[in-house]
Amino acid sequence: MVLTAIIFFIAAIGAISGAIGVVMLRNPFYSVLSLAIHLVSLAALFLLLRAEFVAAAQVVVYAGAVMVLYVFVVAYVGGGEQLASGGVLRVLGPLFALALAIELCIALLGAGLKGVNTKGAPYVTGFGTPQHIGKLFLTQYLFPFELASILLLVAAVGAVVLARRRRGLEPEEQRIDQFLFRARRPAYTGTMAEGAGIRPTTQDEPYAVEAERVGTGAGESSKPEGGW
Amino acid sequence: MNIGWYLVVSAIIFCIGAGGVLVRRNPLVILLCLELMLNGANLALVAFSRLWGGEDGQIFALIVMVVAAAEVTVGLGLVVAIYRLRMPIDVDELSELQG
Repeated sequence: MVLTAIIFFIAAIGAISGAIGVVMLRNPFYSVLSLAIHLVSLAALFLLLRAEFVAAAQVVVYAGAVMVLYVFVVAYVGGGEQLASGGVLRVLGPLFALALAIELCIALLGAGLKGVNTKGAPYVTGFGTPQHIGKLFLTQYLFPFELASILLLVAAVGAVVLARRRRGLEPEEQRIDQFLFRARRPAYTGTMAEGAGIRPTTQDEPYAVEAERVGTGAGESSKPEGGW
Repeated sequence: MNIGWYLVVSAIIFCIGAGGVLVRRNPLVILLCLELMLNGANLALVAFSRLWGGEDGQIFALIVMVVAAAEVTVGLGLVVAIYRLRMPIDVDELSELQG
């Protein structure tokens, strides 16, 4: 019992300090690292609550995959100089958060729920194991499971569409591309170069940028700023 | 440990995330704070699942994680698109959709 309490307090302090670090640290990269600490501590809390599979998924999916995605985007975008939010929200935001915390604690602890002051239902062997979770997912919760997979597919396609390059290749990359792919090939035979907006035109000059024509043809803005 | 402790921790995490969404202006950090809020909700779900003795809350928590991953993917795609268009990465400056 004492050991459980010690682990709980260590994990809870880790989770809360990690969360505070996400909000307070200036550099987004340090915020991401702080979120990783928070997620691992939260996985420890899940383990204490006998949710083995959720804890494992938390570490693998969040602290693994999502964090890597964040780190890549932060490294790509950069943006260290984070200015303080000006004006009213700077003062009202923390006040609102504090008021919300007090209100939630009152609501949780003053609700008179008897179960809140217990250690929960008696432990059944196998509670929260992948076997039980998998059985539930494939029987009772099959529809949400399939819906989640479709949602992930839609999100992946949407991210590719949002983050794709809009106006062909950059000039330097274009030269490298012309140097690399001089092989003669009929037009529109499905290469990645054509997907990026360039296609072979004549035999002598194999590739030409088609970005402007594609851009205007697809209804996108042809301004230098580009369109969404 | 009593379930109430876990619920208090989840409430605190949620409120830190909510405050962060209001205070910060970098969209990347706002996405991180959204993650914090979702994680606070997840902790509450798992705690109630333990309290009730059923695994349905854990199923719900896993679905929340899926939705969070999808949201992060699209959000980071938006951030990259904003960066490509050479626009400032600041939610106060990004008012293109404002009529």
